Amino acid sequence: MTTTASGPALTHEEALRYSRHLILPEVGVPGQLKLRQAKVLLVGAGGLGSPLALYLAAAGVGTLGLVDFDLVDLSNLQRQILHGTGDVGRSKLESARRRIADVNPHVRLDTYETRLAADNALDLIRGHDLVVDGTDNFATRYLVNDACVLLGVPNVYGSIFRFEGQASVFATKDGPCYRCLFPKPPPAGLVPSCAEGGVLGVLPGLVGTIQATEALKLLLGAGEPLIGRLLLVDALTMQFRTVRVRKDPACPACGTREITELREEATACEAPGQAEEPVPELGPRQLAARLARRDDLLLVDVREPHEWEICRLPGAELIPLGTIPDAAQGLPRDRELVVYCKGGARSARAVRFLRRQGFDRVLNLTGGITRWSEEVDPAVPRY
Amino acid sequence: MSVTLQLPNVLSRLAGGARTLSSEGGTLADVVGDVSRRFPELGPRLRDEKGELYPFVTIYLNDEDVRFLGGFSAPVRDGDVVTVVPAVAGG
Repeated sequence: MTTTASGPALTHEEALRYSRHLILPEVGVPGQLKLRQAKVLLVGAGGLGSPLALYLAAAGVGTLGLVDFDLVDLSNLQRQILHGTGDVGRSKLESARRRIADVNPHVRLDTYETRLAADNALDLIRGHDLVVDGTDNFATRYLVNDACVLLGVPNVYGSIFRFEGQASVFATKDGPCYRCLFPKPPPAGLVPSCAEGGVLGVLPGLVGTIQATEALKLLLGAGEPLIGRLLLVDALTMQFRTVRVRKDPACPACGTREITELREEATACEAPGQAEEPVPELGPRQLAARLARRDDLLLVDVREPHEWEICRLPGAELIPLGTIPDAAQGLPRDRELVVYCKGGARSARAVRFLRRQGFDRVLNLTGGITRWSEEVDPAVPRY
Repeated sequence: MSVTLQLPNVLSRLAGGARTLSSEGGTLADVVGDVSRRFPELGPRLRDEKGELYPFVTIYLNDEDVRFLGGFSAPVRDGDVVTVVPAVAGG
């Protein structure tokens, strides 16, 4: 066996496994060796991450990094084909490891059981040739973008909602980035998530395979990647079109480069959607007074665990917004519920949901834990 | 002057279920103003309270981001297609 800068030559087994690639002039043995040398980071092992992980592993990408912190839920299986019924309750990374080892045992899978955040994004991404964004919220998408721009690592973008999807390639050397397309995320609470708004199960399959295609093209240096173009996919009309994405000289990430460190955008997930009805509220001072007179209230904190680590209200129960639908049946109907988050938007959505489920004694804490800190207890840190 | 406005599925219910609307006008502001008058719930999804572009809704005139064409003052011509592309984050 000969060894080159691309590592050892393909084994007989690899040559047979990748034979349909090897006979493509655009891939061939040199291309296949490039894929084997490549390191790709997949952020998210969900709807988009499923076809991405499966196809990139099958194609022979040598090292796949996979970032996720979630467990497989029964409601994932309608679209997350990386996971099976027997995996429900397991971590998505563990499930992915078993499946990918079967698809292609030559692939090295590096798993990162964490939430990509401002304080770890650069470390996670550094050292990879490409990032593929399969996350499900705006905050992480902006972090992935900004980190990719800072590190000069291309970002293969895909995003979905209901029946529509988008794909592009951002943060290449001279190309635009996600902030050139959408300078800022929508404010929290404006728009529903896939969990609320729904998503056609096959749609992440369509968009994820487009991302996988772009990733392979970039690694191979083949064809014309979606740099400076946004692909719009509409599954209902089955129309695909591309529009132009210009590199914005005023972009704070890739234009003026004023973003020099990562900071999480204050936002919930999601896309423009529904005008929302008001919810019954109580202010922090009212809540403090009611707690002082020992009213029977259950405090429900719908923030994420990393926020809970920063601060919380005494006696509260942590039920992150995304898990409210599952947790609702375990909540008492004979007690008054007071729901809070950081600023009051996410908790308003939880209150709306709970009221639709027949909880009629449920209130939103106006201004969230931030206003509690401002008006009642400054010892509670703001963030 | 007939211009076609294409809406994503998520916004079409604010336009009586229509995915495409025909409109008239000399500028993008005219077109957006016209459809906003016809569908009052749609207007606030296309422009903010000051009548400016949202940073999370990109509007294309044909295949070009209108931010690079003068925003809502971009001139439109007969046969132009305006496409509304909201940021989505699902994955």
